[in-house]
Amino acid sequence: METIILFAPLVGALLCGFGWRVFGEVAACWIATGLLFLSAILSWIVFITFDGTTEQIQILRFIESGSLSTDWSIRLDRLTAIMLIVITTVSSLVHLYSFGYMDHDPQWKEGESYKPRFFAYLSFFTFAMLMLVTADNLVQMFFGWEGVGVASYLLIGFYYRKPSANAAAIKAFVVNRVGDFGFALGIFALFFLTDSIKFDDVFAAAPELAQTQLTFLWSEWNAANLVAFLLFIGAMGKSAQLILHTWLPDAMEGPTPVSALIHAATMVTAGVFLVCRMSPLMEFAPEAMAFVTVLGALTAFFAATVGLVQTDIKRVIAYSTCSQLGYMFVAAGVGVYSVAMFHLFTHAFFKAMLFLGAGSVIHAMHHEQDMMNYGGLRKKIPYTFWAMMIGTLAITGVGIPLTGWIGFAGFASKDAVIESAYVGSTFAFWALVIAALFTSFYSWRLMFLTFYGEARGDKHTHEHAHESPMVMLIPLGVLSLGAMFAGAIWYSSFFGKPNEVIKFFGGHYEAPSEEIKDAVAERSPKASELKYVMEDGPGEAGIYIAPENTVLHEAHYVPTWVKLSPFVAMLIGFLVAFWFYIKNPALPGRLAENQRPLYLFLKNKWYFDELYDFIFVQPAMWLGKKLWKRGDGDVIDGTINGVSMGFVPFITRLAGRAQSGYIFTYAFAMVIGIAVLITWMTLSGGAN
Amino acid sequence: MDNILSITTFMPALAALILAVFLRGEDEAAQRNAKWVAMATTVITFIASLFILFEFDRNDTGFQFVEEGEWIMGLTYKMGVDGISILFVMLTTFMMPLVIAASWSVTDRVKEYMIAFLLLETLMLGVFMALDLVLFYLFFEAGLIPMFLIIGIWGGANRIYASFKFFLYTFLGSVLMLVAMVAMYADAGTTDIEALLNHQFGNETFSLLGIQIVGGMQTILFLAFFASFAVKMPMWPVHTWLPDAHVQAPTAGSVVLAAILLKLGGYGFIRFSFSMFPVGSEVMAPLVLWMSAIAIVYTSLVALVQDDMKKLIAYSSVAHMGFVTMGIFSANQQGLDGAIFQMLSHGFISGALFLCVGVIYDRMHTREIDAYGGLVNRMPAYALIFMLFTMANVGLPGTSGFVGEFLTLMAVFQVNTWVAAVATTGVIFSAAYALWLYRRVVMGDLIKESLKSITDMTGREKAIFAPLVVMTLLLGVYPALILDIIGPSVAALVTQYDTALAAAEAATQVASNGN
Repeated sequence: METIILFAPLVGALLCGFGWRVFGEVAACWIATGLLFLSAILSWIVFITFDGTTEQIQILRFIESGSLSTDWSIRLDRLTAIMLIVITTVSSLVHLYSFGYMDHDPQWKEGESYKPRFFAYLSFFTFAMLMLVTADNLVQMFFGWEGVGVASYLLIGFYYRKPSANAAAIKAFVVNRVGDFGFALGIFALFFLTDSIKFDDVFAAAPELAQTQLTFLWSEWNAANLVAFLLFIGAMGKSAQLILHTWLPDAMEGPTPVSALIHAATMVTAGVFLVCRMSPLMEFAPEAMAFVTVLGALTAFFAATVGLVQTDIKRVIAYSTCSQLGYMFVAAGVGVYSVAMFHLFTHAFFKAMLFLGAGSVIHAMHHEQDMMNYGGLRKKIPYTFWAMMIGTLAITGVGIPLTGWIGFAGFASKDAVIESAYVGSTFAFWALVIAALFTSFYSWRLMFLTFYGEARGDKHTHEHAHESPMVMLIPLGVLSLGAMFAGAIWYSSFFGKPNEVIKFFGGHYEAPSEEIKDAVAERSPKASELKYVMEDGPGEAGIYIAPENTVLHEAHYVPTWVKLSPFVAMLIGFLVAFWFYIKNPALPGRLAENQRPLYLFLKNKWYFDELYDFIFVQPAMWLGKKLWKRGDGDVIDGTINGVSMGFVPFITRLAGRAQSGYIFTYAFAMVIGIAVLITWMTLSGGAN
Repeated sequence: MDNILSITTFMPALAALILAVFLRGEDEAAQRNAKWVAMATTVITFIASLFILFEFDRNDTGFQFVEEGEWIMGLTYKMGVDGISILFVMLTTFMMPLVIAASWSVTDRVKEYMIAFLLLETLMLGVFMALDLVLFYLFFEAGLIPMFLIIGIWGGANRIYASFKFFLYTFLGSVLMLVAMVAMYADAGTTDIEALLNHQFGNETFSLLGIQIVGGMQTILFLAFFASFAVKMPMWPVHTWLPDAHVQAPTAGSVVLAAILLKLGGYGFIRFSFSMFPVGSEVMAPLVLWMSAIAIVYTSLVALVQDDMKKLIAYSSVAHMGFVTMGIFSANQQGLDGAIFQMLSHGFISGALFLCVGVIYDRMHTREIDAYGGLVNRMPAYALIFMLFTMANVGLPGTSGFVGEFLTLMAVFQVNTWVAAVATTGVIFSAAYALWLYRRVVMGDLIKESLKSITDMTGREKAIFAPLVVMTLLLGVYPALILDIIGPSVAALVTQYDTALAAAEAATQVASNGN
């Protein structure tokens, strides 16, 4: 069954991409979509019937060289099962949605068949993503990792006539490659240390790695920390974390369904998945994890600030995604992998829905994306409005405070992240709370600018604004169910008592040792009654939680003000947005005037693009030119020409005709050489 | 069939002879006949080589199908293949029919053209099969003559300069290699490669003109061979002949050059330098590793700023060959496996990329990147195939380009993490220059008037690409096809290398204790 889940999308991609001339355009797209729904249904069956035991299914041999031995094979554990349903569910809904969204796309001329290509790319992406999450070794994971990168490249550049789309596609791929550089080095280091890159072997060796020193570049490093750090660089690229985040906003050049599937729900969460997958190693790499936490917190904060002032509806959501990914990394960084997965899970639903909702707005407004040209759309597109409303309530985290789980999906998971952060890192906690305030502000700003107030921009467009067709509304409906209930339903599985979480992830629990109990009691007296810790060794269950890691337990006993803080932040954000965009619409403009430097700083995304262009792109081009003209041209060729200046005339004279002379000379020289050799051999007694 | 190796090797030469002697005239019929004779010969040669492959015992790490006989003037004729060389033989016979097919539109001196390519095939096959030093040298050096002719006669406007540069570069290396061979014969008393492989060349440190030569004679011999192979590879900084040669060569010439001729250097490194002079290799390895790493970064940066398609791909080839030398001199199983895999895979991928350039060159007669743009609008099939090979060139997992890069990098990491880190940046640069090229040529709107009537690939062109597409994907997904064959031989080689080093080490210990 797992094999069918994995390969159905690939079959769909091939049939659709190559067979559409045979089946016809519409049928080809339906084949791809149908196969994805099949995958999705089977995934849910697997998820629900999964009993917690890690399963491995071998498919084919892959790279074998000396002690290196890898297979194409499927590893099914809880972590994989969660990803399976996220990927296939969102993907199948996005396929369905695309029937409406991609119909009569104005980017294409009459009679051009672009739809089968689009569906084939989507299905291919899904296949690569499934390979990534089902991998049982790092090379196969790397295959999926790069495979989704290519799919993303193809889909961002889908409108290949647009120069901006082509530029964005290359940027996405190259920036991701910077991350892959770290990922690859991490894999090499692991092989060097453990002589294997299969997860089972690597995880089993993790405790040992924590005791090992490794010389890498200029210094000696703790092996576990080094490997964890290198792998995390890969995660930073794929999940658009600070420093390597610049590609994600540009990736919005792709069609909106792509943004929903790849750049919100699935691919960008691969980095979070990687960190959770490597949890047996991460648990032994405290310094690397501290780095993950800080970087996640910084990203959450940074992206939220930029989101405050963007006016392109998709870019606002893109920065929001970037910021939410930061939340997930913070959760993973403080050691609560289950909560990272929880937020990944709920985020997939509400963020995909926000994107698809945005797509529906864009569709209604004839591909206008600037929110400054929206306004008052609530009545015109009521279903879309309500879907977006649910998405906004979910992302801002609306729920009943102190209950923990009664509320929209984002409420349950985001509060879980923030409470965990409080236990693990004060800095991260404050960064996330402030980011929550900003999140609430920009989300409501988006709602108010789009659906409330007066219609702005082109009158004609507003008059013709129309609700999207059913194929687009159904996916919105399904996702809104997820955005409303996913948090409440799975709250205890991801963020319940340690024993519930351990069991959900297929592990076993036991009573903690006295030292651990004492340590917990000393750290947070309220949380003293720790009953269960994980019994399994590294890698035996879906995630690994070291017995000493009690953050999950302690997060349930944080002070009340901590539990209330995200709710308060959300309220403040909402009220400010309300004040700015409903009560006093002139205020934002005045503020931007008064605080011009700050406004420009945020509007220009902290000038990261300009900075990178200045310190990486331009110098690389300059150096390339110099090396070519000066290095190859003047130095190398110059030397060789110089040397040969005396030599060449000599041989050309010798050979007579200049044109074919050197060939003759060459043959001549060779024959002479052979003659010398033979003479020598004959003189010294013949061969053998 | 006791002499299947000789049959395979000399079949193209025989056909060339027949063409030379019997085919007369320059009319269309004669041209067609020349093409068909060449095509039939290369196909039959390929089929013959398949017999070798199927009969090959992959668990036997020694030489197989060995033929030995008296030759002129007391020399020996000896041929044979092992796990390391057999796949290069296959690569050659596999590529040649495609090369002939890609030359179908040649109209200038067709007979001579086909003769040159057929002779070239014989000589290249000979290099990979020769088991005698003199024989190897003959094949190795003579192979360049048809290539000179191909560039010099059927090449572009600046062909004389290019082939002259090529010649200058190779000449010094050839002389040094010849001297080294004489020295080897003097030392070992035989020119039999099999025997030389088991011969211990001296490795005692001595001083020459006041310079301490660590590794002694082995280092000196290593350097002499290095001068020849490094140019053929080509390694930085003796790579500058390659871009010029590629630019001037006709499409088919570029394909042979990139796919097969560049592999002679790598094969030589493994067969001679690494196997026969282990101590010399070990002494020189750090230098070679750094040269490789520099090559990868340097040529990738240079590739980034090219405006001639062929030059860009040529520089990219140099970078990819950097992975090969890096793998070989990492001196472990992954490194050598990876290096051989990389060479074979590069044969398919770079061959295909040069064919891709050829497809549009045939239509527009320019290689300027700026002359193109938006081809996808009129050439969707071309866009797809070019995309595939672009991705294979940047080492995307699932294509054969990945396996070699991955293994060699993994290998060098175990030896020197600095080199590994520098070389791994190659994955970033290669993505940048390859996608940037693709974007400028294929993507975008079709604006240029001259391109408005360009046509997509013909059936013949697609048929040439089909086998390359299959190989690139097949080897990417199931690399065991290659690794199973080369694995045992490489393992034996690595063991022999380690043993030799340990023995040399022990000898030095004894010597120093004696003092």
